[in-house]
Amino acid sequence: MRVAVLGLGAVGKGLLRMLAAKPEIGLVLTAVADSSSACIDPAGLDPAAILDTKCVTGRCGPSGLTASDVIDSGAYDVLVELTPTNAVTGEPALTHIRSALERGKHVVTSNKGPIAADHAGLAALAEDAGVALRYEATVGGAIPVIHAIRDGLAGNRFSSITGVLNGTCNYILTRMDDEGLTYEQALAEARELGYAEADPTYDVRGIDAAIKLVILANTCWNLGVTLDDIAITGIDGLTVDALRLAADQDCTIRLIGEVVPAENLLRVAPRVLPRNHPLVIEGTLNAVMLSTDMAGEVTLMGKGAGSVETASALIGDLIAIRDRYVECG
Amino acid sequence: MKLEMKDSPGQLVAALTPISEYGGNIIAVIHQREPESPSDTLGVQIVLEIAQERLDALVAAIKVQGVSILRLGEERLLYRQSVIMIGHLIHTDIGDTIGRIDATGFAEVAELNVHMPAIAEPSTALITIKATTRSEMGRALDILRSVAAEKGLLIVEPLAGAEA
Ligand SMILES: NC(=O)c1ccc[n+]([C@@H]2O[C@H](COP(=O)([O-])OP(=O)(O)OC[C@H]3O[C@@H](n4cnc5c(N)ncnc54)[C@H](OP(=O)(O)O)[C@@H]3O)[C@@H](O)[C@H]2O)c1
Repeated sequence: MRVAVLGLGAVGKGLLRMLAAKPEIGLVLTAVADSSSACIDPAGLDPAAILDTKCVTGRCGPSGLTASDVIDSGAYDVLVELTPTNAVTGEPALTHIRSALERGKHVVTSNKGPIAADHAGLAALAEDAGVALRYEATVGGAIPVIHAIRDGLAGNRFSSITGVLNGTCNYILTRMDDEGLTYEQALAEARELGYAEADPTYDVRGIDAAIKLVILANTCWNLGVTLDDIAITGIDGLTVDALRLAADQDCTIRLIGEVVPAENLLRVAPRVLPRNHPLVIEGTLNAVMLSTDMAGEVTLMGKGAGSVETASALIGDLIAIRDRYVECG
Repeated sequence: MKLEMKDSPGQLVAALTPISEYGGNIIAVIHQREPESPSDTLGVQIVLEIAQERLDALVAAIKVQGVSILRLGEERLLYRQSVIMIGHLIHTDIGDTIGRIDATGFAEVAELNVHMPAIAEPSTALITIKATTRSEMGRALDILRSVAAEKGLLIVEPLAGAEA
């Protein structure tokens, strides 16, 4: 199966490294693009060589070619969209994904922007074209939560989803709890360790977690919700005293995303949880708890970000597409 | 509240029917044997929640059914829930914040533990609310949320179903 990759940042590089390290998976890279160059070869590119070129020159190929040339080339079965997230417009990814679907190509993405902005529209486009749109990597990094909802727990009725969906916030709260650090100190530490962006607003104000909640709600119930429908409170107002008062009751505080359709509840907020609650996890981990009628409560936990971890989710989607469409016809 | 009666045929059904009519919520029906009682009689204990103002009417309705109530153990303010509040609690009149819950008649602030750091820094409090029924607890929390929004306070609530 031929794969084209748009975006060669942390995630794109992780994917190419794994394609180079695991040739037995049988995915052939035929095109790549970053923000200023692209490289296309229908006969197959060497992922290791592309990574070297990117490392040395800062570009993956000759300038003059762009992401749209890659899309228009048609030299691929699946487009893997890994450009930066734009939470408001979903661009440029939204256009990339639409164009590929319209050409009858499958799409796999780790980009939350377009999926949160227009899940229903993209899903309809994919359906009309008879192709797959998969986005496991957009929520919970390596955790196969979308697979769990769609496949593993298929046939269940879901009553709620709750989860720890942002590793940066979880790290900060863990450190405030364990070491009595102030919010500012814990944030500074997270930045130093590379767990927080230079501008941490999206993470600490709960917006990133809310975008992921939108994706989960639309995947699970087709609610057609948008970011505006989520009541969002971040962690930036929390005090050390709040964590201490929670600790006095053998509890702690975590940023929790929660959807309960029957109660019309869509909320991201810091919440008090008993220490032994399954969603009380440490450091940058993520976790999602699904409440279902047949399976009861199912909790998935794992690494919520990282280059190779996210590649794991992308490769899972790629193999699912290959098995369903490409090899079995 | 707890309601105890004799476990004779028909009594239980006769007692249960008015409970749902008056909007009560049955939590448990316990058949009990009292070893210390000489005749070894069986009793039934019904644990239920009901809004305070409807309790007298319910008791009367049960009696009309011919059920004799042996004992009525009333525990008002059955539900307890703690939330953490952060902000300028004192300067936004904490007395008023508490008063708005207490004024409901169905819920009250049972405990308040305030931590105040340096002046001008936000303070943090653990506030414990008691209410008669689960739905009244919900209403009390709604009031607290709107007071907090009005006064610019941050509220950290327990995750439902995960209360300590
Ligand atoms: N990092 C994670 O752990 C993680 C986890 C889950 C999901 N995600 C999501 O995955 C996506 C990629 O994340 P990342 O961490 O790899 O981001 P990143 O390091 O910022 O890399 C983004 C890449 O996209 C390229 N790019 C930007 N605009 C482009 C355009 N118009 N056409 C083609 N390429 C373009 C950039 O090119 P240049 O190299 O030329 O700048 C860069 O290679 C984001 O949407 C992110 O939210 C990330």
